[in-house]
Amino acid sequence: MFEWFGKVSFCTHTKVSDFARHLRDGRIMASRCRGCGQLAYPPRADCPDCLSGEFDYEEIGGEGTVLSYARIDAPPAGFEGEAPYVVGVVDLAETGRLLACFGASIPEDEIAVGMPVQAVPRMNENVEEIQVYYSLERPGTTWAKADCS
Amino acid sequence: MTRVAVAGIGHGVFGRRSDASVQELAFEAYRHALADAQLEPAAIDASVIAAVPEYHKQRSIAGVVQEYLNLNPKPTWLTEVACASGSAAIRSAWMAIASGLHEVVAVIGCQKMTELETPEILALMGRVGDVQWESTFGTTFPGYYALFARRHMHEFGTTPEQLARVAVKNHHYGALNEKALFRKEITLEKALASDPVASPLRVYDCCANADGAACLILMSESRARETSSPVVWLDGLGCATASMSVLRRPDLTGLPSAAEASRQAHAMAGSEPSQVKVASVHDCFTIAELMAYEDLGFCAKGEGGAFIDDKASYLGGATPVNVDGGLKAKGHPIGATGVSMACEIVTQLRGKAGERQVEGADLGLTHNVGGIGQYCFVNLYRRD
Repeated sequence: MFEWFGKVSFCTHTKVSDFARHLRDGRIMASRCRGCGQLAYPPRADCPDCLSGEFDYEEIGGEGTVLSYARIDAPPAGFEGEAPYVVGVVDLAETGRLLACFGASIPEDEIAVGMPVQAVPRMNENVEEIQVYYSLERPGTTWAKADCS
Repeated sequence: MTRVAVAGIGHGVFGRRSDASVQELAFEAYRHALADAQLEPAAIDASVIAAVPEYHKQRSIAGVVQEYLNLNPKPTWLTEVACASGSAAIRSAWMAIASGLHEVVAVIGCQKMTELETPEILALMGRVGDVQWESTFGTTFPGYYALFARRHMHEFGTTPEQLARVAVKNHHYGALNEKALFRKEITLEKALASDPVASPLRVYDCCANADGAACLILMSESRARETSSPVVWLDGLGCATASMSVLRRPDLTGLPSAAEASRQAHAMAGSEPSQVKVASVHDCFTIAELMAYEDLGFCAKGEGGAFIDDKASYLGGATPVNVDGGLKAKGHPIGATGVSMACEIVTQLRGKAGERQVEGADLGLTHNVGGIGQYCFVNLYRRD
């Protein structure tokens, strides 16, 4: 089901494919290594330190600060209808980093390095197949979560 | 210590080469290199081909080049590490000679970027990062370097004008290079007024895709000592990697692979950055050259902007950089670029660069980056 993740998917098969299901349910999941306890985002099936292949999903809050950003004026194939859009790299409060586009709650002229943001799970309502992603929004933005995961 | 010499260099014309196939481009460079080395084809023991396969319609490009060069049944193999493939081929040839396996190896970097349509190339290049977690949000190759540029601006006050000055310099020298794609000076105003590609980067902050080939003939020390002409030696080799994903980089103001490759190359050659008299660095984007000044130790971290403001990378400056026009003005046939850089440095060390000549050049450096620094090769060449 990892093909659900993103407007254009280049990765269909992965051991962390349940990430996409959790995102559909409104949860951003990191991975917690069962061997050494390392928390990783993006989630990964195989621990780079203790080499364990056992892990559990662990929900993270998605808060972070903007490390850098770039406005994509000339888009790649599949994103022609979106441009221009701004992608940001975010240092997550809990662990790791995340790359995503800025959402409607933050006008482009307010985007700045170092600003706090909230990664918010999103579902594309305009397509028939399931398509999930996350966007960078103002801190305090809320969203619905499914009861079961 | 084993030494490996550069016996010959050959460089084709870069540009939109609608007149030639990829093997024909390779032949141009090979012919020039053989003539330069004053060697007959029978002297070549093996070839290493540098090219990035996904841009070519022809599969397994080493085979077709080897045949067209009439080098069968000599050995050949392909090296591929994105835009650093040419330097990987040079490293591979150095190993083949230093090990004693071969004595004379032809390194041929060749690429035809224009076989594919632009949207196909954009889509391929957009996947230079991690496709699982990044490309899915519409990242592009210039977009990644824009992330570096924005962070560099934030931390060090680097300006769009300073980035544009890198382009102005490289077009200035490209105008003097008959092998370059763009042979026109540009003004700072023109660069700053060009269309945005991935803000803060504009059209003139980006190099252009091109077709082209370059060839280097490397030779064992004993064979090189038999020749009468002054020899240029490949005395320092550095190679390092960094994460595929920008999400796992220590910072976004430099390429850690470049700093590490530079350290290795100088350790091997017994030199230090201040001794480098001329450098060809990987200016796929203006910010990439500015970061290279810092990663290679030509100036301190954060002072890349001042380095170009002071014209320290011009002829007559502290460390002349890309005085052949760089990728920016020469064009970037990705498999050929690393070999092209070596050709320029060898030309400089021989004192044959004409009006672009760096006076007293005795130690030269190439800095060849694959992708967004996932791979970096730094090599040092020394004149006898």
